[in-house]
Amino acid sequence: MSNNLRFKTSKFIDETYRISFKFNNKTYFGFKGDTLASALLANGIHLVGRSFKYHRPRGIMTSGSEEPNAIIQLHDNSSRTEPNVRATEVEIYEGLVASSQNCWPSVNFDVGGINNLLSPILPAGFYYKTFMWPASFWEKYEYFIRKSAGLGKSPKVADPDIYEHNYIHCDVLVIGAGISGIMAAKMAAKNGFKTLLVDEKSYLGGSSIYDNSEFSKINNQLTSSWLEKEINEISKLENLEIKVRTSVAAFHGYNFLLARENLTDHLPINQRENKVRQRLLKIRAKKVITATGSIERPLIFDNNDRPGILLSSAIKKYIDLYGVACGENNILFTNNDTAYETAMSLIQRGIKINAIVDNREQIDSKISYEVEKNNIKIYKGYTVVDTYGYRRINKISIMKLSKDGQTVIGDKTKLNCDCLGLSGGWTPAVHLFTQSGGKLKFREEDQVFIPNVYPSDQISIGSCNGDFGLEEIIKNTLSSIKKFLDIDNSEYKTVETISGLNQSKRNIWLLPSDKSIGKTKSFVDYQNDATAKDIKLALREGFRSIEHVKRYTTTGMGTDQGKLGNMHALGIISETAGTKMGEHGTTTFRPPYTPLTFGTIVGRNVGEFFDIFRRTPIHDWHVANNAEFENVGQWKRAWYYPKDNENMHQAVQRESKAARDSAGILDASTLGKIDIQGTDASEFLNRVYTNAWSKLAVGKCRYGLMLNEDGMVYDDGVTTRLGENHYIMTTTTGGAANVLGKLEDYLQTEWPELDVYLSSVTDHYATISVCGPNSKKIVSKVIPDLDLSDEKFPHMSFKNAKIDNIKCRVMRISFTGELSYEINIQANFGKSVWEKCMEAGKDFNITPYGTETMHLLRAEKGFIIVGQDTDATLTPIDLQMDWIVSKKKYDFIGKRSLYRSDTIREDRKQLVGLLTENPEEVLEEGAQIVSDVKKTPIEMLGHVTSSYYSPNLKKSIALGVVKSGKNMLGQKLIIPMENKNINVTVADPVFLDKEGKKLNAKL
Amino acid sequence: MFLINCPFCGEREQSEFKAGGEAHIVRPKQPTELSDDEWAEYLFMRKNIKGVQFERWNHVHGCRKWFNMVRDTSNDQIKAVYKMGEKPPVE
Ligand SMILES: [Zn+2]
Repeated sequence: MSNNLRFKTSKFIDETYRISFKFNNKTYFGFKGDTLASALLANGIHLVGRSFKYHRPRGIMTSGSEEPNAIIQLHDNSSRTEPNVRATEVEIYEGLVASSQNCWPSVNFDVGGINNLLSPILPAGFYYKTFMWPASFWEKYEYFIRKSAGLGKSPKVADPDIYEHNYIHCDVLVIGAGISGIMAAKMAAKNGFKTLLVDEKSYLGGSSIYDNSEFSKINNQLTSSWLEKEINEISKLENLEIKVRTSVAAFHGYNFLLARENLTDHLPINQRENKVRQRLLKIRAKKVITATGSIERPLIFDNNDRPGILLSSAIKKYIDLYGVACGENNILFTNNDTAYETAMSLIQRGIKINAIVDNREQIDSKISYEVEKNNIKIYKGYTVVDTYGYRRINKISIMKLSKDGQTVIGDKTKLNCDCLGLSGGWTPAVHLFTQSGGKLKFREEDQVFIPNVYPSDQISIGSCNGDFGLEEIIKNTLSSIKKFLDIDNSEYKTVETISGLNQSKRNIWLLPSDKSIGKTKSFVDYQNDATAKDIKLALREGFRSIEHVKRYTTTGMGTDQGKLGNMHALGIISETAGTKMGEHGTTTFRPPYTPLTFGTIVGRNVGEFFDIFRRTPIHDWHVANNAEFENVGQWKRAWYYPKDNENMHQAVQRESKAARDSAGILDASTLGKIDIQGTDASEFLNRVYTNAWSKLAVGKCRYGLMLNEDGMVYDDGVTTRLGENHYIMTTTTGGAANVLGKLEDYLQTEWPELDVYLSSVTDHYATISVCGPNSKKIVSKVIPDLDLSDEKFPHMSFKNAKIDNIKCRVMRISFTGELSYEINIQANFGKSVWEKCMEAGKDFNITPYGTETMHLLRAEKGFIIVGQDTDATLTPIDLQMDWIVSKKKYDFIGKRSLYRSDTIREDRKQLVGLLTENPEEVLEEGAQIVSDVKKTPIEMLGHVTSSYYSPNLKKSIALGVVKSGKNMLGQKLIIPMENKNINVTVADPVFLDKEGKKLNAKL
Repeated sequence: MFLINCPFCGEREQSEFKAGGEAHIVRPKQPTELSDDEWAEYLFMRKNIKGVQFERWNHVHGCRKWFNMVRDTSNDQIKAVYKMGEKPPVE
């Protein structure tokens, strides 16, 4: 490799600090201050990847976050691997390992390159057109597409790094620390605004910090020198916080922004231990100043994508900031003056410029005359029509442009080069502005979209606002910030600027060629391989909206969101369709501005902090007694308690049998509990439940069913009247929060006249349910003072009691169909009372059971579980629960809906019991129910909602919903499974003790 | 993400709130006397305006109070918030 690619003069590169790194398994060296891209270029490496569709060799194209080509995988096969990283943004560190992403088997020899030769048959929409047919082949195509698609590899193990989220509140947020951003931050901070200045780069000053040109000066100093003093001054300001390596990812409404602060990615791996890697900053700013600068446009011509072709501004930056020459024989191709700044940087370092090709016929600026004085040949009114060289550009051919710029004329001239710089003018970086909801307008003179209507208290300044000249930038920044912040003192006295540049530009979106368009590959979107030809084809095929063209051609759909080429795509569309720019819409830039790692997005919400989970007061006992847990909403509930080597089925069978034969005990603390008080409490319950409540005596319990206004079952549970104006309602475990919300809604908005107060007391009580024929004996041992006689304490009633002087509420209610008592006690005594019950039940084989056994026991009784047997499409009538719907009540939530034309249909799905022909066969929950498997398409009558093997009935039982099921008692139906049909008979959903003898049993 | 000025608590993050659909749809006092069509009108029909819309919001992770909001759905500007039972501000 050539050594003279590095110029040892940049103050941003620390040459005393040499860093070794690996790229595609080879070791290279760079210096502190290098990015991976600048270090590779210094080693003479341009080819870094392959394009997505055609697998064409691609090189480093830019020097920043807009990079479309140099997308690499970091630390492949390690826990810290990360795909889709831009080499232009990675600061090198000792131990860096990077590899090309989109190539197989290697970047120099790539199998997918065959696609390039096949490209005539890979037009726009190719994937849609070809791979969709025949549909059954999709799986085969997908394998090959995925294998050759360069989207990087996701990590296979947990991310070892630490991430966090921070909230920031500030008066003024300034995004971008270029000239205008730095001036704005100083003005804000000095005028008393609490200000935050962020920049995605590791340094402040933007592209002006390395602007040492005699042709752009401020107050007679080099721009870089003037800016350094400014930076020095603001870094001491008290009101100003500055964050570098901080990229704003999203700009939402109401000035809410997300930014990623990168803290350790530039450090050697061994210095990162126990440090936060990245922070997601959630910023709420009173005012936002966007100073995100602009992105240089490439030019669109045949074969404009070879390695060695870069943006002209990138070549300048590699020289001035990193001290690296991108090539030894350079050609610049431009339509405006900024390429001449690059030329001056090359000239100053003595790097050879073979020629400048300029679209313009007339060039009239001080800087261009200076370049000409250095004996550089300028081809005025010319365009590049083709380029040559496979892994690196080695030649270009140029032709004269016609007057209207639509065709090329004259002879073709070939010029040698190893590096071609492109400058198609500048596109304001309006991404964040549009994310915030801002509306753009198109400025005809220089063909740019600039901010027009601001949706919040924000402003765009500098080149992201379309100010490109140095004088303009400074003048407009001063005046608009003064106005925006409403301040008198700008903190700046006169600022004089000198600029040798002229703003003239000859904008041609798609440069003409001597070949027909069909024979060219003029790339508009480098990352996704979308060409000008593809866009024209899409238009021919009738696509008009930019959003459609974009998806059809995949233009702008890559990880870079088309930061380079979207404007050209719009331009080509409007030229081809003969419409105005923006008439077909501008594409929408969506967050994040540059990709975020998942680690940053989730922050500390990983592992046990991923989601909140709630534990009952008895949780530790369940853990100590070998319980398996299931998640119910946010709760961890004991699922079953395997003994010895029992599997789930065996454990559940044992638990279920014990509960019916002698005694079982269940932790029911998770049931929602709502305390209801007020003089209108009874009336309120009348309105929210389907049954009547006014006549419920104090001390009694009642089961209630709650509907939505559409008549569909919403929740259920037992409510107890504790006093004249005092009830406690229980809800399902998962529905507790929603039920409270719904009740509050009605109270506050529909019935504010009712005197009712609601509070959630779910967490206040532990609930222990003791059931089974011996439950009475056990409870009487635990609470000897309580009279449990059936006369004094019948089914569906409640008593206040005391256990060791601790007040508790005991309800005789049952979800299993067995005699059972529910003890509600202050949560912190839950575990000790549970243990007391276990002790008291020892002689009766008291068996703790979990949710699975609970579900089985209630299914034997045909009790529904809202959310399992119902799915918001079933009315109480559908559930065969007509008995609970009051005919007398004038109104309750959902009543009117119960006799809509749809809800009174006879052929609605209705809840039934199902018994299998073979009593040992247990149905699968969710299985379809049909009556005729021969007639296709098979008519689906319904599905199985609950299914168990009942150890008490010694047969399989199931609940399901079936069309017209109510009238099908005794009828045979079929459950078709993958390899057999199961015969079932429709039965009553109550399988056990239909008369309720067990509940009211006198024992 | 909006900043919402709860009429009871003041300015809070949108994440503390829950939207509750169109405002000023009063539950009929005598549902049983409505035809299917009239009941369906109450039950299902919502305007879903692009532009200024009257909405119900609940400060669900705060004071738990319901209130009304006037919001321009085309640009998410909140024009006003007011308590339940209060008259909507005239546009
Ligand atoms: Zn509130």
